[in-house]
Amino acid sequence: MPQAKRRPPRVGDSPAVRRTLIGFVLTVGALLILAPLIVIFAQAASLGLDGFARTISHPDTRHAILLTVLTALIAVPINTAFGIAAAWAITKFDFWGRRFLLVVIEIPFSISPIVAGVAYLFVYGLQGLFGPLLEAWDVKILFALPGIVLASMFVTAPFVVRELVPLMQAQGRDLEEAATSLGASGWRTFFSVTLPNIRWALLYGVVLCNARVMGEFGAVSVVSGNIRGQTNTLPLHIELLYHDYQTAGAFAAASILTVLALVTIVAKVLLERQGAGRVHRPALAAPTGKSA
Amino acid sequence: MESSPPPRSATRNDPPHKGEGKKRRRVLPGLPLSLGITLFYVGLIVVLPLGALVFKAASLGPEDYWRIVSSARAVASYRVTVLSALAATAFNLVFGLALAWVLVRYSFPGKRLVDAIVDLPFALPTAVAGIALTTLFAPNGWFGSALAETGVKVAYTPLGIMVAMSFTSLPFIVRTVQPVLEDLDPTLEEAAQTLGGSDRSIFLRGILPLLMPALLAGLSLSFARSLGEFGAIIFIAGNQPMSTEITALLAFIRLEEYDYQAAAAIASVLLIAAFLMLAATNILQARALRYTARG
Repeated sequence: MPQAKRRPPRVGDSPAVRRTLIGFVLTVGALLILAPLIVIFAQAASLGLDGFARTISHPDTRHAILLTVLTALIAVPINTAFGIAAAWAITKFDFWGRRFLLVVIEIPFSISPIVAGVAYLFVYGLQGLFGPLLEAWDVKILFALPGIVLASMFVTAPFVVRELVPLMQAQGRDLEEAATSLGASGWRTFFSVTLPNIRWALLYGVVLCNARVMGEFGAVSVVSGNIRGQTNTLPLHIELLYHDYQTAGAFAAASILTVLALVTIVAKVLLERQGAGRVHRPALAAPTGKSA
Repeated sequence: MESSPPPRSATRNDPPHKGEGKKRRRVLPGLPLSLGITLFYVGLIVVLPLGALVFKAASLGPEDYWRIVSSARAVASYRVTVLSALAATAFNLVFGLALAWVLVRYSFPGKRLVDAIVDLPFALPTAVAGIALTTLFAPNGWFGSALAETGVKVAYTPLGIMVAMSFTSLPFIVRTVQPVLEDLDPTLEEAAQTLGGSDRSIFLRGILPLLMPALLAGLSLSFARSLGEFGAIIFIAGNQPMSTEITALLAFIRLEEYDYQAAAAIASVLLIAAFLMLAATNILQARALRYTARG
């Protein structure tokens, strides 16, 4: 199509508009997004290498890091298994209430983490539904690891499902049906037919889920009880250091989570190149795309 | 020509029941297991806690409930939360739309980096964002000291709440508008240009209406996120009752005071607001899908 190459400039292509918009976006972006990133590392660096090492290796900080990693090691795999199961149920079968189920799974996205924390208190707290029972059995859920894990699972419940459902819906059921009709078992079908097709989207969901679990503040803040050196996760420990007027120390701890955020973004970009994360797009864009 | 031809399969001499058998879907295995896990998990992790919260708030009785949620301090917290969220969303409307436009329409060095860094507010833990923004805007911070000369105070004022909300909810608008902008049909613009429309009128009357469903969906997501945000805000807000105390913080404070009923009531207000926003977002997104599907 030679015409397409000689296309006249599109709307907003005049140099003045172009320069103004790019200038505006880069300036505001630098102030609002880049500056916070720089200030974190600048503050952490102000400690010097020794001070940084001392803050990071302080027993309370080490414990907070350990607790955060432990929480992620429990919450993320369970959430992933749930995400796969939910996506399989929702996309491979027709049953009444499928859409409603999906809406319920996505509820945590819209809910304030504080509301989530308060809600958990009314299940497992002393004044909650199971509180008296748990106390009688001497089972500690709140202000301990199980509570932190549960609250983390609440806020991240939709992460894996949301990536898998649109993709598995688009891929349909034909391949799985062919595999089972050839005699493959359900598990075999899943591992050798479905999983290879969804692996990047799955990894994408897992990476985002992990970042949120490790960084969750509000919900965990309510259910953990903030016991220093015991139930403080890394984000809570950052708050504690900050309010203790150890600003540089808080930023040293924060720089660890910031590196995690940057690694998450890089992983996200790489996975998007494999086609993950863009699954929402074709559904939105296919009809107009075809007409072009 | 005048009547549709008979279906091809009818001309074949296969017995009809065999064809039907082929059409019937094979049922895949795993429904009881996968649905069982799903319902158990959703029930235990999502429905049970929210149910317990609603139950607790409902057990207050209408008079007590109303007294708590309509107390002066609670109402002041709704006002600062909603107004700051509106301001943040309005700011993100302008900045997010410009950002999406620049990322889709222009090429410039470092564009991919900008595109990637847009996700930072989602990837960065909210507490980290909170202390970073506070340090920037505090009176002795990089921005705070510069702004102090002009007499503008951001940290520990409602303006600070707005900044934190803008930061955490920015990606919503960019990421909902970006794909729609990418798939905009260039022939529409060409046609409008041949008809002699100015860039401004083509943008306002041609492009913006096409972006509107995605933009509205992004705005409602951004607003909802701002209403519930906690971690990024509490550091920068100053947290003074009646002026810079957000609703989520008030619920948290009531908990720390062991006033569980008040915490339940105020949290339930946030829950109701979240459900209203969820409904609005779902309607807007369904409309966005329909709109683009019509082509």
